[in-house]
Amino acid sequence: MSDTHAQSVAFVRDTAIPAAPAPANETGPVKWLRENLFATWANALLTIAALFVIYLILSATLPWILGGVWTTSSLSECREVLAGETGACFSVLSERWNQLLFGFKYPSELYWRPTLALVMLFVAAAPVLFFDLPRKLLIFTALYPFIAFWLIWGGSILVPIVALLGVVGGYLVYSRFVTQSFATGFFGGIVAALIVWYIGGFITEALAPANPMLAAVPSRDLGGFMLNLMLGVTCVSLSIPLGIALALGRQSSMPLIKGICVIFIEFIRGVPLITLLFVASVMLAYFFPPEANVDLFLRVVIMITMFSSAYIAEVIRGGLAALPKGQYEAADSLGLEYAQAMRLIILPQALKISIPGIVNIAVGLFKDTTLVSVISMFDLVGMIRGPILASTEWNGVYWELLGFAALLFFVVCYGISQYSQWLERRLATDHR
Amino acid sequence: MTTITDPPKGEFRLSMLLYDTRYRSMTLQVIAALVLALALAYLYRNLAFNLREAGLNISFEFLGSPAGYDINQTLIEYDSQSSNFRAAMVGILNTLLVAFLACVTATVFGVLAGVLRLSNNWLVRKLMAVYVEVFRNIPVLIWIIIIFTIMTAVMPSPSAFRGDDPDSSMLFNLFAFTNRGVYVPGPYFTHGIGGEEGSIFNWLLAIAVLVGSFFATRAVTHRANNIQEKTGVRPKTLWINLAIWFVPIILLCLLLGLSWDVPVLKGFNFGGGLKVGGPLIALWFALSIYTGAFIAENVRAGILSVSKGQTEAASALGIRPRRVMSLVVLPQALRVIIPPLISQYLNITKNSSLAIAVGYADITATLGGITLNQTGRAIECVLLLMLFYLVISLLISAGMNVYNNTIKLKER
Repeated sequence: MSDTHAQSVAFVRDTAIPAAPAPANETGPVKWLRENLFATWANALLTIAALFVIYLILSATLPWILGGVWTTSSLSECREVLAGETGACFSVLSERWNQLLFGFKYPSELYWRPTLALVMLFVAAAPVLFFDLPRKLLIFTALYPFIAFWLIWGGSILVPIVALLGVVGGYLVYSRFVTQSFATGFFGGIVAALIVWYIGGFITEALAPANPMLAAVPSRDLGGFMLNLMLGVTCVSLSIPLGIALALGRQSSMPLIKGICVIFIEFIRGVPLITLLFVASVMLAYFFPPEANVDLFLRVVIMITMFSSAYIAEVIRGGLAALPKGQYEAADSLGLEYAQAMRLIILPQALKISIPGIVNIAVGLFKDTTLVSVISMFDLVGMIRGPILASTEWNGVYWELLGFAALLFFVVCYGISQYSQWLERRLATDHR
Repeated sequence: MTTITDPPKGEFRLSMLLYDTRYRSMTLQVIAALVLALALAYLYRNLAFNLREAGLNISFEFLGSPAGYDINQTLIEYDSQSSNFRAAMVGILNTLLVAFLACVTATVFGVLAGVLRLSNNWLVRKLMAVYVEVFRNIPVLIWIIIIFTIMTAVMPSPSAFRGDDPDSSMLFNLFAFTNRGVYVPGPYFTHGIGGEEGSIFNWLLAIAVLVGSFFATRAVTHRANNIQEKTGVRPKTLWINLAIWFVPIILLCLLLGLSWDVPVLKGFNFGGGLKVGGPLIALWFALSIYTGAFIAENVRAGILSVSKGQTEAASALGIRPRRVMSLVVLPQALRVIIPPLISQYLNITKNSSLAIAVGYADITATLGGITLNQTGRAIECVLLLMLFYLVISLLISAGMNVYNNTIKLKER
């Protein structure tokens, strides 16, 4: 074979020709541009239109932002400094910074207290948000509500301590009796907590110091972005357990319980939050006993919690419905009773499915806390529209203030939704 | 849950109420009913006591008494001597008006942004992503206030339009954007039913004609489908449909003498034309762009939910690209898009209650705002307000259920 071919084939290339570079418009940025920006005529027109829109937005805002003035004490002074040039009067932010964050009534020498509470909130939320952190941190999370209450409102330290003792007492009774039956433990715990609080009420009244370590601040002095954050965090954390209870109630086979839950959820979901806030501001006081002095903040917390718990209940109901029926049957066949089945098998899976929905509700709720400005509470929007824009120094500084509020909300809400997406990827244990 | 097929015999003991699954749910429900009744009785007792202390009673007579305040934007006749009930009706109509307008424009924005987010064009895709994220993550109240501020603080005052060399001028000499509102040409009929004043019947007639055209085109499409079934050839329907849509309504307009009342500057303000107030525009536009961002996400999810195999299968059958979209992709995508879309419409209706923040006279601002403050009838006003929104919500969700049933997958 080799003989014949030795004559007929004069040359056989035994190495590959070095690859020629791809044509210039098939590589690198040119290819990317051709594929992504100028694929067709219509596409090119769209690109040009988009570039024009971007140019319009940037040319309107960039000089204004870059030319901003940060250190004047009133709008007229700021206009003098600008002297006709385009520029923002950001000095309203630096001058009214504390008012925007804390409201205009919170005592200025006490600003460190809500600030410390905010810092501690991050520490307390960390073990809930990120599972890799040591579980022992959860003890701090459990203590956080009492510490934060004491820091923000001040007053006698006995109040949060008694509240904490009630919870601890309730938990002890619950863990003692839960081995017998969940219902006994649950209701026993509630009764024990109520007894501790009832007795503790007398003790705190009797021992209330004249000059508490932290000066008391009434709720009506709270304001600014702090108020939005407090309403958002409190109402979301309160409404998750309530929402779980409502969702389970709606799935219940007992017609009465199911009926109550359905009516509650559909009623709340059918009316706008504003009407519920009206209820809080003008109507709810009629339903409390005359001697109870429930302040506006607490009434608003009650109504917003009811509002968001109805929405969270619907999200969790979706999670419960998404579980295959086999999970319920498996729990039954293991001989678990209702509470055990829910706690050990159903809810862990259903809640995992519901996390994105719950986070959506939480973001929506946080945005909706701005509505309290309508019932004349001075949250961030209320502060801007009320005391700051009405003041003689800053009458007319709309864009800086509204832009700041928008930016603050954007940062928080976008951050939460990014966290939710991360969590979803993290929890995706199936379909690998 | 678990059923015991062969219950143990034996006499009834009290503990069985709690531990026997046959009786337990009964016991729990009785306890729940008792607790609920006690709670309601407690609340009612407090309410009765507090009302007696304050010297109040529950009565809806205030609805008949004169309202005593003016409303700047009304769809029906109203003056300060009209009753509170009339004011509430004005509010209801205003709520429905802004909700309807915002639903239409939000759908347009949402569909546009949702489709463009799936565009091949990288820049447009990113731009739309920025739009969606920015508008979704900032409270709608802030958007309403921002646009209201644009309407009141940035727009020129009517006096800027005066003089030989005015600072601002009207758009096409038809539209005037001022800080008191936007003036647009107002349509009216010169020889319609009810004389020069123009009566509502003219408009009803126009709507009736449009509805008739709608059903006529439906009939034409149906007939075309039948012919296609029989012969395999689809008759051309485009020109017939266009004629059915446009000829009757144009004829009607000519018959009734449709004219446009163009706004003109008279003295210090614009006269003539239709005035659309700043609060209405702020609310309308803010609700549209805010909800549009949410609708964009729904639309995107709907289109992505149709698997690629469907498009490929349709192409393999030889259907042309445009028909693939309308016959294969859209019907399936709509099934995913419509339910969340309708709940967005519900959100628009509920969010329109934020009108009170910019002074647009919707039901929350009239009944829940001024009437409540003037009469002091807090409980009655808030209850009526909730009732209104509840009825709207239930109607919309009932409509959604009907729709869902009609488009449900017809499975064997």
